[in-house]
Amino acid sequence: MKRKGLLIGLFVLMMLFVTGCGKKYANGEVYVYNWGEYIDEDVIEMFEEEYDIKVIYNEFETNEDMYPLVESGAVKYDVICPSDYMVSKMLEKDLLQEIDKSAVPNLKNIDPEYLKSAETFDPGNKYCVPYCWGTMGILYDKTKVTAPIDSWSAIFDPQYKGEILMMDSVRDAFAAALRYLGYSLNSKDEKELEAAKKLLQEQNPLVQAYVVDQVRDKMIGGEAILGVIYSGEAIYVKRENPNLEYVIPKEGSNVWIDGWVVPKNAPNTENAMKWINFMCRGDIALKNFEAITYSTPNTVAREMIEDEDIKYSLVAFPTTEMLNRCEAFVYLGEATDEVYMKKWNEVKMEK
Amino acid sequence: MRERFKRKMQTSGVFRQLLAGPYIVWMVAFIVIPLLLIAYYGFTVKTDDGLRFSLSNLTLIANPINLKALGLSLELSLISTIICLILAYPIALMLRNRNVGSDSFVIMIFMLPMWMNFLLRTIAWQNILEKTGVINSLLSVFGIKPLNLINTSGAIVFGMVYNFLPFMILPIYNVLVKIDQNVINAARDLGANAFQTFIKVILPLSVPGMISGITMVFVPSLTTFVISSILGGSKIVLIGNVIEQQFKFLGNWNAGSGLSLVLMIFILISMALVSIYDKDDVKGF
Repeated sequence: MKRKGLLIGLFVLMMLFVTGCGKKYANGEVYVYNWGEYIDEDVIEMFEEEYDIKVIYNEFETNEDMYPLVESGAVKYDVICPSDYMVSKMLEKDLLQEIDKSAVPNLKNIDPEYLKSAETFDPGNKYCVPYCWGTMGILYDKTKVTAPIDSWSAIFDPQYKGEILMMDSVRDAFAAALRYLGYSLNSKDEKELEAAKKLLQEQNPLVQAYVVDQVRDKMIGGEAILGVIYSGEAIYVKRENPNLEYVIPKEGSNVWIDGWVVPKNAPNTENAMKWINFMCRGDIALKNFEAITYSTPNTVAREMIEDEDIKYSLVAFPTTEMLNRCEAFVYLGEATDEVYMKKWNEVKMEK
Repeated sequence: MRERFKRKMQTSGVFRQLLAGPYIVWMVAFIVIPLLLIAYYGFTVKTDDGLRFSLSNLTLIANPINLKALGLSLELSLISTIICLILAYPIALMLRNRNVGSDSFVIMIFMLPMWMNFLLRTIAWQNILEKTGVINSLLSVFGIKPLNLINTSGAIVFGMVYNFLPFMILPIYNVLVKIDQNVINAARDLGANAFQTFIKVILPLSVPGMISGITMVFVPSLTTFVISSILGGSKIVLIGNVIEQQFKFLGNWNAGSGLSLVLMIFILISMALVSIYDKDDVKGF
């Protein structure tokens, strides 16, 4: 009897699968390449239904994972969501085509302030439509620190030995050290970089672990007192563990913007513009914001946020004054990338 | 029907060769071509006017940091291989003496963890070893201060041993069960005691199993980068991590391939060393 139930279940599943595959979309398809866990999945279905376009949705984990695939042209995507410095790298390599602004009327929903920030890597806002943005800062357990933290000095402070989670990402780690020393986080200056490396080397014995995504779970679980984290993660983490506090250090930090771009070899440009326009729609941007908690540059969406705590949260929406202290990353070129990497390995090898 | 099929297979060499066809296609597509690609990338550098032949990717290994990473990788994987061997041999011997079939429950116990994804199991160990993890929570119940288990070389070795132990047990077990009981009986008959039988008969006969076990543990340990990031907190950089960075952060496939080639050379050297032992033992026997 039991087995019969299983068989019927399998059959139903199979039918679902067959019909799912067989569904025809009148307006073709669109190939989307986005960060992992960076969208409300319902939104994809809504788009498919509204526009009658099939969405082939793939995810990447870092900009560096995405880039070689797109550069080699092995896989053709219609619309991709890289970060600021990667957009400038792709522009430099002539991989992107201009956004057809007449096809993206919802662009008007994007706060001009962020469009202005985006000009550091996309002059004239021709190639990239901001999707999410955020800052990098320190997350700490306020019940375990002696005084509220407001400076990068905390992550270099010997009193927190073994209680620090550091970013396992070259540019981010150097950004913290460079800003603490008062330099630009896009520095190419050998002396400044060497000083930052020294500082990070001294920090190595204090660090509990170098992590990227794991910082979230470790901080919630109380593994460490402080960790370097992106603001979007901070909102989620604070919900799970109210003892945690997020701060943008007073020396300034990184502000980043991820935005939609269309590669030159995109097979379905028209559908790509429809996708971007859809993402800029207020209610859709709101849905995405609520699912992923990364700040939205969409003014309409922000107006519609019901939770007052989040609407006026300084983590999600820092003041202009706070933002002015922050800098966006720019692509520094292959040679400088290698210098960073070499120094970073020296930091890691510090024993 | 079956008989006829069998006969046909024996008579027709062409048919037999055809059977190997799918594997040959597989081997060429997924082993030979990728290896050639690695060699191609490893021996060239990107310049403004195209690719140029160069040995600079291979000499990257001489960089003190890369050398240190390689040294550490060799050290840790050697330690874990030895631990695996010490743990696996008695288990395999026990399994043989119990005379359990390959479908038995005991073998299942050793195979079972392999049904689960390797990454998941490693992440699970992270949760067990953490400061607020299972072990330390248990210790704190008894009032013992938390131990610093995670993010150490020890944790990495532990992860390697845990993940690769079945690859040591199975080949040794396979060789041991195939030793004819009569050989052992003969040794006892000729006056050897249990210890002498083990040293002079069982051990030399099991060398091939040990060799494949050592290979199957040493090679993945030497090249791993996942275990060192998860259980080592990325504080310990192994050669696998260096290669991963070349590909993922720098996008320098040439340097990454060059270093991989050097690593392959080291693996070949270690395998050659191991097989010398193999031959010596056979001669001695």
